[in-house]
Amino acid sequence: MLEAIRDAELVWLYGGVLFLLIVSTLIGRILKSRHKTDSSRTTIDNLNARIRAWWKMCAIFAIAILIGRVGSLILFGIISFLAMREYMTLVPTRRGDHRTLFWSFFVIMPLQYYLIGIQWYGFFAIMIPALAFVFIPTSIAIAGDTEHFLERAAKIQFGIMVCAYCLSHAPALLLLKIPGFEGRDARLLLYLVIVDQMSDVLQYVWGKLIGKRKIAWRVSPNKTWEGFVGGVISATALGTALWWATPFTPLQSAGMSFTICILGFAGGLVMSAIKRDIGIKDFGVVIEGHGGILDRMDSLCFAAPIFFHLVRYYFVR
Amino acid sequence: MSNNIHPIASLLAAVARGISGVQVQWAGCEPDERQRIYFANHSSHLDFVVLWSALPSEIRAKTRPIAAKDYWDETPLRRYVTKNVFRAVLLERGAMAKAKNPEEAHFAGRHLIEEMAAALGTENSLILFPEGTRGTGEKIGPFRSGLYHLALRRPDVELVPAYLENLNRILPKGEVLPVPMLSLLTFGKPLQVEADEEKDSFLERAREAVASLRRIGNG
Repeated sequence: MLEAIRDAELVWLYGGVLFLLIVSTLIGRILKSRHKTDSSRTTIDNLNARIRAWWKMCAIFAIAILIGRVGSLILFGIISFLAMREYMTLVPTRRGDHRTLFWSFFVIMPLQYYLIGIQWYGFFAIMIPALAFVFIPTSIAIAGDTEHFLERAAKIQFGIMVCAYCLSHAPALLLLKIPGFEGRDARLLLYLVIVDQMSDVLQYVWGKLIGKRKIAWRVSPNKTWEGFVGGVISATALGTALWWATPFTPLQSAGMSFTICILGFAGGLVMSAIKRDIGIKDFGVVIEGHGGILDRMDSLCFAAPIFFHLVRYYFVR
Repeated sequence: MSNNIHPIASLLAAVARGISGVQVQWAGCEPDERQRIYFANHSSHLDFVVLWSALPSEIRAKTRPIAAKDYWDETPLRRYVTKNVFRAVLLERGAMAKAKNPEEAHFAGRHLIEEMAAALGTENSLILFPEGTRGTGEKIGPFRSGLYHLALRRPDVELVPAYLENLNRILPKGEVLPVPMLSLLTFGKPLQVEADEEKDSFLERAREAVASLRRIGNG
């Protein structure tokens, strides 16, 4: 824990996040006092609610990262669990899937995080794509219900891939051994989360300010080209400016940030499409009030594994 | 009988709440210490604990479940959990069907109602699953007549319908291990037996009152 505090650059990152939070809270306050009409009120209340959520999220992340590898693993383990809980609640499963689901929640997912804990990279990388991939349809087949068999197996597979496999690559950054960067890998995790979440936020802000042309209005009416371009450029700029906290050069940092932003966008778009497909308007009541962990993490799901492997391929060894 | 909540009961309630991630909505009434009969659909062993855990603790201390004697009295563990932990009222399921003649059946039926009325006493509330058995969760089975007779016997007690949603996916009939999905619990508007209302029409109305609280796929 003390190690993290002694890391001056990590403290700078924390300070930067704190500064952003304070500035955005002030902006939220000022906007609230200036705008009195009903329509702008709802947008601003929504913005202020988001800002309050960021405070909480940042506090939880900061504490987990301070605790070290175990803290990050536990935090992401809980996030994975909550995300998969939302996903499986929304996806129609049948009685015959019960035991498979039990295994997914209580064996496959904890095992994935345990493998990161014991730093067994080889098994961590293939356990879900190879072993769980074979196990899930087999166990559903053993239950004997063949109705919509392929659909059910595929939906459960996808949930485990996204919520357990993909997300677990974020804390797995802590097991990468980058020459000259030992003991400072917590910064990489923080870098990923900051760029990814800021890209989300900035796309939302740019979209609200100048957004006109919809990208895929059927999937997500809030995503506009203006928001996308503005958000990706500004979040990439921010990520580039954070190069000093990473093992990257400024140019490499720009490439990494850009990749994270694009993948974050892709993750958000895909999860929106899934929600439209399931018909969330019916099932939304179930996860209402549960924070919508999946909504906050959808962009990280796609960005985490690719970022992990880019870093591993180019910077490890 | 003491009104203190058994520590194991509090523990099980906390576990059930955690597993079911239940979201409670008091749609038709507010939590109240007055005597009530909560009646709900039944699809899981978790149903009772989840419903019970949703009540404020001062109400919980005075609320007892009705459970089937043939199942819950079968092993020492089940007996301990129902009788000592939750102070359940154990009733002989199918006592009327076993009777040899109509008179005996009538007597057996009266006896069940008296047992429930006695359990209500002057300050208790009850939790009742009028289907009498766990269903698949897709639709609600026909209600047994106990609710009607008990309502006539104790007109001073409020009848509160409740709908438990998704618990059949969390712990379905025949499974021992739960899957931690999210669930919903909705309390509806209290109802009464109308003057001259027939048994069957009241039971159908009560069933409708429960079914109408369904929030998913109900438009």
